[in-house]
Amino acid sequence: MSRKIKSISIYLVRVVTLLIAVSVICFALVSLSPIDPMLAYIQANPGVSEENIARMEEFWGVNDPPAERYLKWGSALLHGDFGVSKIFRRPVIEIIGTRFAATLALMLAAWIFSGVFGFAIGCLMGMFNGRPLDSVVKRICLIMCSVPTFWIGLVFLIVFSVWLGWFPFGMSVPVGVAPENVTILQRLRHLILPALTLSFLSFANVALHTREKLVEVLHSDYVLFAKARGESNLSVLRRHGLRNILIPAVTMQFSSFSELFGGSVIAENIFSYPGLGAAASAAGLQSDIPLLLGITLFSVVFVFAGNAIANALYVLIDPRTTEGGK
Amino acid sequence: MENEVVLSVSGLSVSFRMYTKGLERRELKVISNLNINVRKGEILAVAGSSGSGKSLLAHAILGILPKNAVVEGDIRYLGEPLTKKRVAKLRGGEIALVPQSVEYLDPLMKVGRQVSPDESAVEKVFARYKLDKSVGKLFPFQLSGGMMRRVLCATAVISGAKLIIADEPTPGMSKELADRAMKHFRDLANEGAAVILITHDIDLALGYTDRIAVFYAGTTVETALASDFDSEDKLRHPYTKALWRAIPKNGFRPTEGTQPYAGSLPDGCLFAPRCELKGEKCACGAIEPRNIRGGEVCCHYAA
Ligand code: SF4
Repeated sequence: MSRKIKSISIYLVRVVTLLIAVSVICFALVSLSPIDPMLAYIQANPGVSEENIARMEEFWGVNDPPAERYLKWGSALLHGDFGVSKIFRRPVIEIIGTRFAATLALMLAAWIFSGVFGFAIGCLMGMFNGRPLDSVVKRICLIMCSVPTFWIGLVFLIVFSVWLGWFPFGMSVPVGVAPENVTILQRLRHLILPALTLSFLSFANVALHTREKLVEVLHSDYVLFAKARGESNLSVLRRHGLRNILIPAVTMQFSSFSELFGGSVIAENIFSYPGLGAAASAAGLQSDIPLLLGITLFSVVFVFAGNAIANALYVLIDPRTTEGGK
Repeated sequence: MENEVVLSVSGLSVSFRMYTKGLERRELKVISNLNINVRKGEILAVAGSSGSGKSLLAHAILGILPKNAVVEGDIRYLGEPLTKKRVAKLRGGEIALVPQSVEYLDPLMKVGRQVSPDESAVEKVFARYKLDKSVGKLFPFQLSGGMMRRVLCATAVISGAKLIIADEPTPGMSKELADRAMKHFRDLANEGAAVILITHDIDLALGYTDRIAVFYAGTTVETALASDFDSEDKLRHPYTKALWRAIPKNGFRPTEGTQPYAGSLPDGCLFAPRCELKGEKCACGAIEPRNIRGGEVCCHYAA
């Protein structure tokens, strides 16, 4: 029990130090960047008087030393104040909240899709290791791995939305329908293409990784012995194969959160899907610093959580780590 | 009257198809012209130095060699050819393998379920080996060396095997543990099983086995009675004699030179490069086994 508390506290310390480090780096990068929030403010409000500008400068601490500004920003963050987004003119925290819900649906769909199908295809390849089926599928996966996400997104859009007309062009809901009237089915239809695009790359990765692991297991001594005990190929897969590749597969799924997040920026932009990824790139392009920093910090927590879950699961599922040895 | 022959292997050769750099196909011969037979109620040791491909003999009999292996020769079980189909039905039942180590158990599956899905049957064999039934609920990594040994034996006993192939069952064991393991196999043979014991430890095997097939560079050069090892004169093949001299209590005098590697085997007698008796006949052609004083030997000049 105390061991658990200890490892949890270690995780907490880690995430806090990570957040501090990331916030310092981001803050420094923004300070060094040519973006001038004051200038942006003036351009957005052409009629402001000199006097007002001076007051704003005073209020924003433009002339304070960077360390002081950082501390001010940091303490505001600690109080839950992430500032107000310039583009959306709403509190950053609120935007992250609503946008993340949309992104989460997208990522979850992609994540489950690539996890389940990638795993299944990987098992198939592993079972047929070296035979034509395996080499063909393996080649397809390798090609999939090297196709850029934005490109496949565009292809999907052209083929399935433009030519075939099976799916909508983008957005997360139909245009001109009040949010409360949108059906689940409509939401799902809007979700499918971006989710497929997002899962495209990790799908191939998962499949190849699963294949590799399964081949390794099937060449192990214990599988040889299982065969010597009269188990058929299918029974070997079911009793020993799956058991031994599931743990690495699951942990890998959870540690793929960072790629998922990165991919969502691209997929959401292509499909104009109003998620966090699209907001992040908009914030970056339009110098919306509070939003950009807020999303960055949020993504750190998100990715960290995935990795922490991966580690925790490993410890929980693998008997070699839970039950003490002799 | 002698007991019936359970397994006979004659002229067995195993080679692996390999693809070298230029996609050139090459066959790597690891076992050639190997002959053994084992009867009901007896233990035949297949003895030879480590890493000489003895395990492949076990895998060849069980039909679990990798796909790129080519097997030639005649393997018969109870008089009938042991075809791929037949062995697939028999392995795990009448023909059982006792593997070398814990590596041969699934690390993530409780050992009881690996011995057999039938819990009460597992309990019975465990009782025979003085294993508590709680052992069945452990994972392989939780077993001690001695427990491991007994669990692995249990996998063979539970199927009621008539032919048991034990592959190096005593590596790294203390003398006491190894003796106990050997006793288990002796008991199984006394109960009517035919046991093939693949080992590098002739000294240990002598006390428990009936006959010893001496394995050299992928072939059996001699099959001698265990009692023949009482003195060098009773042995037939020059290599067996050399082995005998290398046993600690016989002076621990190893022979010079090393075994030839698969892929660079000499034509004719495989032992020729190290043999003192070598004559002109030895340089080419396969050597058929001859019966001398109740044993079998593959040597032109053995007497
Ligand atoms: S056949 Fe010839 S070389 Fe081979 S062991 Fe006999 S005497 Fe020696």
